[in-house]
Amino acid sequence: MIAQLAADATDSALLSPGMIKVVIISVYLGLLLCLGVFSSRLFRGTSEDYLLASHSIGPFLLLMSLFGTTMTGFALVGSTGESFAEGVGVYGMLASSSGIIHSLCFFVLGVKLWSWGKKYGYTTQAGFFRDRLDSDKFGLLLVPVLVALVVPYLLVGVISAGKAIEGATRGDFLWLIESGYSETGGIPPWLTGLVICVVVLVYVFFGGMRGTAWANTFQTLVFMILGIVAFYLIATSLAEKAVADGRAHQIVDGERIVRTDPPTGLWDSLHIVSQEIPKARRVRAEVGLENQIESVEAPPQFRTRERLDPWMFFTYMLIPFSVGMFPHLFQHWLTAKSAKAFKLSIVVHPVFILIVWVPCVLIGVWATTGLINIPPPVAGDPNKVLGFMVKSLSGDVLGGFLLAGILAAIMSSLDSQFLCIGTMFTSDIVVHYGGKNRFSDRQIVLISRCFIVAVVTVTYFLSLTDIAQTRVFQLGIWCFSGFSSLFPLAFLAVYWRGLSKWGAYAGLITAASVWFALFYASEFGAIDNWSVDLTIGERTIQTMPVATIFLATIVSTVVVSLITPKPNPTTLAKFFPVKG
Amino acid sequence: MKYLVVGLVLVLVVLHQDVWNWDNDRLVLGFIPFTLAYHACISIAASVVWLLAATKAWPTNLEGDETSQQPNRAGGDA
Repeated sequence: MIAQLAADATDSALLSPGMIKVVIISVYLGLLLCLGVFSSRLFRGTSEDYLLASHSIGPFLLLMSLFGTTMTGFALVGSTGESFAEGVGVYGMLASSSGIIHSLCFFVLGVKLWSWGKKYGYTTQAGFFRDRLDSDKFGLLLVPVLVALVVPYLLVGVISAGKAIEGATRGDFLWLIESGYSETGGIPPWLTGLVICVVVLVYVFFGGMRGTAWANTFQTLVFMILGIVAFYLIATSLAEKAVADGRAHQIVDGERIVRTDPPTGLWDSLHIVSQEIPKARRVRAEVGLENQIESVEAPPQFRTRERLDPWMFFTYMLIPFSVGMFPHLFQHWLTAKSAKAFKLSIVVHPVFILIVWVPCVLIGVWATTGLINIPPPVAGDPNKVLGFMVKSLSGDVLGGFLLAGILAAIMSSLDSQFLCIGTMFTSDIVVHYGGKNRFSDRQIVLISRCFIVAVVTVTYFLSLTDIAQTRVFQLGIWCFSGFSSLFPLAFLAVYWRGLSKWGAYAGLITAASVWFALFYASEFGAIDNWSVDLTIGERTIQTMPVATIFLATIVSTVVVSLITPKPNPTTLAKFFPVKG
Repeated sequence: MKYLVVGLVLVLVVLHQDVWNWDNDRLVLGFIPFTLAYHACISIAASVVWLLAATKAWPTNLEGDETSQQPNRAGGDA
């Protein structure tokens, strides 16, 4: 099939829409590979350089790598799809709260853990907790839990990429339908997943953490710039279409009339397109074209949160605490050159979230308006909405660039996750139990690389299973809920002298078991928007599962810490020196 | 200053709940749904609060950070 794609490029189909996109994406991926190979030339040959870039990352690279790592397919593909399915409330649910909470985590955990990491030589979270709790076996329990949570996160990225590219190239390769490789004529998700896994693998393999930080910076710039370009193109194209279809209206002498003047720019286009938001779905489902401008009573759910329980919204705020326990972010924190390097990330992160999320959410609700016909297979799978919009409303060349931007967002998270899992296996299992002096630096780097290859391979094959049919947003929420539930452990370890190793065990086991029980009850994410409902009197309130897990973890950690032997004073003195 | 920053973060959390905007379906500036505009402002406010934290309430004496362990020049001179 790949040969067929290449052959297409060499014959008369060279300039076909699909091939233009394929060529642009290929050039972009080639640039990434070059960046990875180039950064490997700066490799100093030590394991610390491969895994932590020798603590040399300054403020700008740290900002771009932290932001690029936290923004994944979930932010672009997932937020567009979710706002298409649920409305604009998705920004408040996750993005604005993330602006507050992510920076909070960088401030209260990142800076402190960086300082201890630099002083005591930590590479992973397990190394820190083992030391802080005086418990070697705690790492044995923590590592499998973290790996089990990172793998679904990896899948979110690979699945998003596959769905987005398939949606964006739908109908471009009709011969794929005839040959049975695709039902839609788009590039099949398995091929996209394979390509991005190989590309990310190559630059992580050769470049290590320095290559990852550079690639993240490059990709973050790419997806932010191209995201804004996509927003502009979709807004102006939709507005032109609205006018051409007689869907736009304006008020003249107090009366609403059909508008015939073409849009005059972005601002005007935004007004035309957003007029339609209140009519979303209702127009599509129930009202004919002749009635849609004047007689439709606007259902407000797509521009308000009327269907969302305020308690559900409140408990959503716990989800962003996940960044406090992401193992790949922990590793990125340790790359900082100094504590002051964190300042830029802490301050700018909320605004960067705004720049990425607001356009995606608007594109998602515009897709509900009926200004563009979303075919049932796409509407039924919201992950495909962004790709479909890009394909339908931008030219082939720009469409290719925008697809490269979507892939950039996805890959800038995948690389850090692949690297961190490889690091955990190497540092927490192989080196920890094999003995620090048993392996040379060169051997440690080799072992890390081998594990990274294994992780990428396993992830790719998992993405081919039925899990790939799950909605990206839902899968991401469950994954983040697990990490969020571990946040209290990290916070108490950093700020509470009373945390005992038995308290930490209790917290970890509680978090893992309650998370699994609730995930099972939600049929492993198959039930959308699954909530834990509490009935108080005649009122039933809905809460996010993360609230139950979070609370259970705090209670078990604190109670067990209080009733078990106190931590070793020598250890406490190491982490909580007496002031003065 | 540390307590001011903590207080401002709590204010942001309370403002974030905005149950008073739950049914507001107005379009701000004629194109952006109110709830989206409101929460975009929360994001900007968060940046301002974290700017205050980074400039006025930055932790001192961080272990491993040479820059924060250097003696205060002004204090030394005094």
